[in-house]
Amino acid sequence: MGYKYTAAAFNQLLENLRKKHRVYAPILLKGKGKFSDADLVGYDEIARVEEVVFNQKSYFSPKETFYPITQTLFYFAGDEFKESVVDEKGIIVFLRACDIQAVERLDKIMLENGLSPDYYYERLRKHLKFIVMDCQESFDSCFCVSMGTNTTKNYSASVRYENGLYLSDVKIDIDGLFALYGEQFEVSPQFVETNKQMVQVPQNLNLESVAINPIWEEYGARCIACGRCTVVCPSCSCYTMQDIFYEDNPKCGERRRVWASCHIDGFTDMAGGHSFRRTNGERMRFKVMHKINDFKQRFGVHMCVGCGRCDNACPEYISLAHCIDRLGKEEVGNCG
Amino acid sequence: MVNNNYLPFKAKILDKYQQTELDWTYRLECQIKPIFGQFMEVSLPGVGECPISISDFGEGYIEMTIRTVGQVTEGIEKLNPEDYLYLRGPYGIGFPIESFYNKHLIIATGGTGLAPVKSIINYFYAHPELLKQCDILTGFKTPSDVLFTSDLDKWSQLFRVEVTVDKLDEFGNLEVIPNSCSRKTGLITSLIPEVQLPSLEDVRVVIVGPPIMMRYTAQEFLCRGLKQENIWVSFERKMSCGLGKCGHCKIDETYVCLEGPVFNFTKAQTLLD
Ligand SMILES: Cc1cc2nc3c(=O)[nH]c(=O)nc-3n(C[C@H](O)[C@H](O)[C@H](O)COP(=O)(O)OP(=O)(O)OC[C@H]3O[C@@H](n4cnc5c(N)ncnc54)[C@H](O)[C@@H]3O)c2cc1C
Ligand code: SF4
Ligand code: SF4
Ligand code: FES
Repeated sequence: MGYKYTAAAFNQLLENLRKKHRVYAPILLKGKGKFSDADLVGYDEIARVEEVVFNQKSYFSPKETFYPITQTLFYFAGDEFKESVVDEKGIIVFLRACDIQAVERLDKIMLENGLSPDYYYERLRKHLKFIVMDCQESFDSCFCVSMGTNTTKNYSASVRYENGLYLSDVKIDIDGLFALYGEQFEVSPQFVETNKQMVQVPQNLNLESVAINPIWEEYGARCIACGRCTVVCPSCSCYTMQDIFYEDNPKCGERRRVWASCHIDGFTDMAGGHSFRRTNGERMRFKVMHKINDFKQRFGVHMCVGCGRCDNACPEYISLAHCIDRLGKEEVGNCG
Repeated sequence: MVNNNYLPFKAKILDKYQQTELDWTYRLECQIKPIFGQFMEVSLPGVGECPISISDFGEGYIEMTIRTVGQVTEGIEKLNPEDYLYLRGPYGIGFPIESFYNKHLIIATGGTGLAPVKSIINYFYAHPELLKQCDILTGFKTPSDVLFTSDLDKWSQLFRVEVTVDKLDEFGNLEVIPNSCSRKTGLITSLIPEVQLPSLEDVRVVIVGPPIMMRYTAQEFLCRGLKQENIWVSFERKMSCGLGKCGHCKIDETYVCLEGPVFNFTKAQTLLD
């Protein structure tokens, strides 16, 4: 069912949604850009629809809204363990088609991999509802069409801003509020069918020949192992455990998990000084293979959703899209 | 309610024995029934958590042999009987023990790699009729690193036990190794050409140790004509979860905490870091 809203009507909708939900959307984060006076688009709670940035891709991905950068798992006091409390409110997130596909990738690792679902991920994930933001036009670094992630049907409602109105296709109304504040109108969500850059995705990479490909040395010479590409990635899921105790009472403290990156030193460090993938080139290979090969072997879909955020974030202008394309073209070249 | 797979349970330390200057064996009160080669996540609240193999188990207890190398393991070393450790697990795929029945089992270990296979050796020590033959080849850096000396002595009553040290040091000589074992200096790989293999098809090999030791030891056995599929190894990787979530232990499409730590060599040799 389609609806249209004036800004005032949409804000009433938001106000009512916020009674039982936290509503997150991409907004301008003041002074968070590369230069101190620059703004960056990232996620935060919103109260008014005018705050939502529609005409840019967010620098950060939506994953932090339900998979926090730092998450307390439990508290301990002496011999007692107490699970961290969870906000029982729903979580509504404004995000793009590729981002929703990325959440489906996170679900694979966090819910399906191993013998049981990740307790803390599932706890927040079950409250998550998607509002997909239409993509009328592709942004510069996007390559979702090549990755097959440019559309989705997995949303409660869609939204786009057009001629002063907010247009929404509602699949699953949330508490009947979309119907209550909207005026019926024919709407179908818009997704891009082509990107400015089209990428040749390799089909059948052979690990042994990939491992000796000279391109990794080239990337290794440029990569500074800062991990920004994995931080902004909507499908990177790795974390490290961290314990802290409170200074005033060392018997009390908490166990947390924090996002980790396979590009950063220490990711594989073991006691006794052993570590694997010491060079930045090997780490680039490991990341790329995870994104466009290993994950698919395990779960049947590529982990990379082609959102292009890593390309925007890399201080060394390393482009994952270009790297995938090179591997894909080399593969075709080698076969033909 | 879904199970919280991160919350550890309490396990009382029943006993603690020193093995070497850095290694201690802990006997913990615990009801789990692990498979040989599995590991637990061991916690010291406020310090952290780390994966440790179960080195032995029995009715109402498990044992772990832990080397003091960093924050958590240093904290554990300070604990004593009646104190508590916190555990979750067991995790991972262990050794396919039944496929060793009626075979000639060779166990080759380097350093603390002896800990994860100790329970297998004890199992066959208690049931020697299950094997055709058993050889234990074990290497340590120096005589003061030798683990489980009384067990080595015990095992050598039934099995052939060879102990080698890379080099002698100022603290010890070969006398620390029970004289019931064959005592040598040199790398463990140097023992392999000498091993008697009366019936090659019956040989099953278990190799556990540092990555380089496992690679070269496996190579030596392959040179002796063993098939890859008759060799098993156990991997160590950094692990933050043991549940297939944190990503640290991933190699290619394989998660060591889920599909390992024990791998058949046909699989192990394809894993590329
Ligand atoms: C399946 C498996 C089975 C194992 N079985 C056994 C066993 O039976 N017995 C045994 O003794 N060990 C075993 N281990 C190894 C054991 O897990 C490690 O020795 C343990 O994790 C060390 O923890 P720690 O906190 O004491 O050391 P840490 O303090 O974590 O130090 C470990 C290493 O990590 C690095 N490190 C840690 N923190 C940082 C940091 N902030 N920055 C940079 N580097 C850092 C250091 O290089 C250090 O050498 C096993 C490991 C695995 C994966
Ligand atoms: S690319 Fe690296 S950081 Fe991202 S999920 Fe894979 S291993 Fe983890
Ligand atoms: S953002 Fe660029 S430089 Fe930083 S780790 Fe990723 S590829 Fe390397
Ligand atoms: S230890 Fe976390 S994924 Fe294997």
